[in-house]
Amino acid sequence: MKRITLSATCLMASVGLVSAAEVAPENVEYDEYGAVAVSLSGTAGDAAAGRVVVSTKSQGNCVSCHAISELAEEVPFHGEVGPPLDGVADRWGEAEIRGIVANAKITYDGTIMPSFYKTTGYIRPGDAYTGKAATTDTLPPLLTSQQIEDVVAYLMTLKEE
Amino acid sequence: LALGAGIASADEDAALIINGETEMVVRTEAPAHLENMDEIRSGWTFRSAETQALQMDDFDNPGMIFVDQAIDTWNQVSGSEEKSCASCHEGPESMKGLRTQMPKWNEAAGEVWTTEMYINDCRENRMGADKWGWNAKDMVNMTALIALQSRGMPMNVAIDGPAQATWEQGKEMYYTRYGQLELSCANCHEDNYDNLIRADHLSQGQINGFPAYRLKNAKLNSIHARFKGCVRDTRAETFKEGSPEFIALELYVASRANGLSSEGPSVRN
Ligand code: HEC
Ligand code: HEC
Ligand code: HEC
Repeated sequence: MKRITLSATCLMASVGLVSAAEVAPENVEYDEYGAVAVSLSGTAGDAAAGRVVVSTKSQGNCVSCHAISELAEEVPFHGEVGPPLDGVADRWGEAEIRGIVANAKITYDGTIMPSFYKTTGYIRPGDAYTGKAATTDTLPPLLTSQQIEDVVAYLMTLKEE
Repeated sequence: LALGAGIASADEDAALIINGETEMVVRTEAPAHLENMDEIRSGWTFRSAETQALQMDDFDNPGMIFVDQAIDTWNQVSGSEEKSCASCHEGPESMKGLRTQMPKWNEAAGEVWTTEMYINDCRENRMGADKWGWNAKDMVNMTALIALQSRGMPMNVAIDGPAQATWEQGKEMYYTRYGQLELSCANCHEDNYDNLIRADHLSQGQINGFPAYRLKNAKLNSIHARFKGCVRDTRAETFKEGSPEFIALELYVASRANGLSSEGPSVRN
């Protein structure tokens, strides 16, 4: 009895610690398959906000490469470069999805999918879409930690089974 | 797949016959130096039926207005030597076949030259006239007039001999993943041609149709302007028109179209 209480306290303490701080892009811990177990923002994702990030051109713009049937009526023109994301939550768990959205190149070696939570390691990095050189050594990541958590929360709603 | 109804897919097997007489090669076997593709296709084959139709008749091709303007320029005396292009080259038909070889090694200069560079060399050193900007109207229009003389002839760019090192440089660029999106030309135009990226139907990114009249900006567009847009869209720092990098890339990309008809001025969206 005593032992169980103790570990529950430990667990709560560690959860508390994580939510206190955001995980910076360079500190994200990917497992050997590319999954990320810990929330990047420490705040639970909001699926409705994630739905907006996925379909907005100036944000995730995921629909430029992925079709999502559930969005088709509101957002026209979905791409075919990546697989359709219908039922993605049946294929992957939350940690795997978080890893793929943060840096898909760890899950899929050499994939065309951009890394959304990365700040360095680019060839001729630009200043967004201006065509001019980047003005800082490290770039702001394509999505913030909270946007990624929101996108993960949204993708977790895409179930078919 | 629930795609928007706005994308009218073109007939994949449509033939391009211009003015009911000039049959163009818009699909053919890939040249031997192209390792990852069996068939090359003109950008025309990827466009909607409406856009395709605009290139099938010179009365409908908006690019032809600019060709007419270039004929006037061809005959116009300019510069301290008081000469026009016609003074030395006679009619524009003297340029027949040139577009299919461009860009090409210039022995005297010891480097690969594009059509724009040849034109500016004549303006500056033979006419005593101001150079034209790479994307200036006079320049792009003149490249269209020159391209038209080779319309229907197969692209036949030399990649060996002295041009080889430049070609290799262009090839390396083609496969480099630039910018924060880390995308190479090949990621879009080799790995994903025929796929939609948002509303855009990806082509093989060939340049046999250049200069291209784009419905989007209602003018003729140079090859390097197109390259610039594609590099910018990867969230990269682009290269400049006329830069050694874009000249090398032009040589490599042009060679990927060897065997397709020269189409300029083409019509694209
Ligand atoms: C430029 C194209 C591109 C963009 C933009 C893109 N992806 Fe992807 N994505 C891919 C490709 C290609 C794959 C398949 C992985 C592979 O084999 O390379 C993929 C795979 C995935 C997968 C795994 C799918 C499965 O069912 O196994 C998920 C999840 C995913 N992407 C989510 C996203 C999200 C969320 C965004 C936007 C924040 C996004 N993608 C933006 C190209 C893209
Ligand atoms: C004073 C004479 C002169 C004038 C004027 C002149 N050119 Fe030239 N042009 C030449 C000569 C000489 C060459 C080099 C031919 C060669 O090396 O084979 C040349 C080469 C070229 C070439 C490359 C042809 C090839 O086969 O490699 C192009 C393109 C060209 N001129 C376009 C123009 C245009 C366009 C104008 C007017 C804006 C113009 N030229 C005006 C004399 C002239
Ligand atoms: C993110 C995707 C993407 C990348 C990367 C990309 N392009 Fe494009 N490109 C496009 C789209 C979309 C179009 C317009 C539709 C089409 O013709 O494919 C286009 C069009 C073109 C065209 C016009 C083709 C025609 O027939 O009119 C050329 C040429 C071209 N690209 C060359 C390149 C080169 C060279 C690179 C690398 C420096 C490159 N592209 C990188 C997306 C891309």
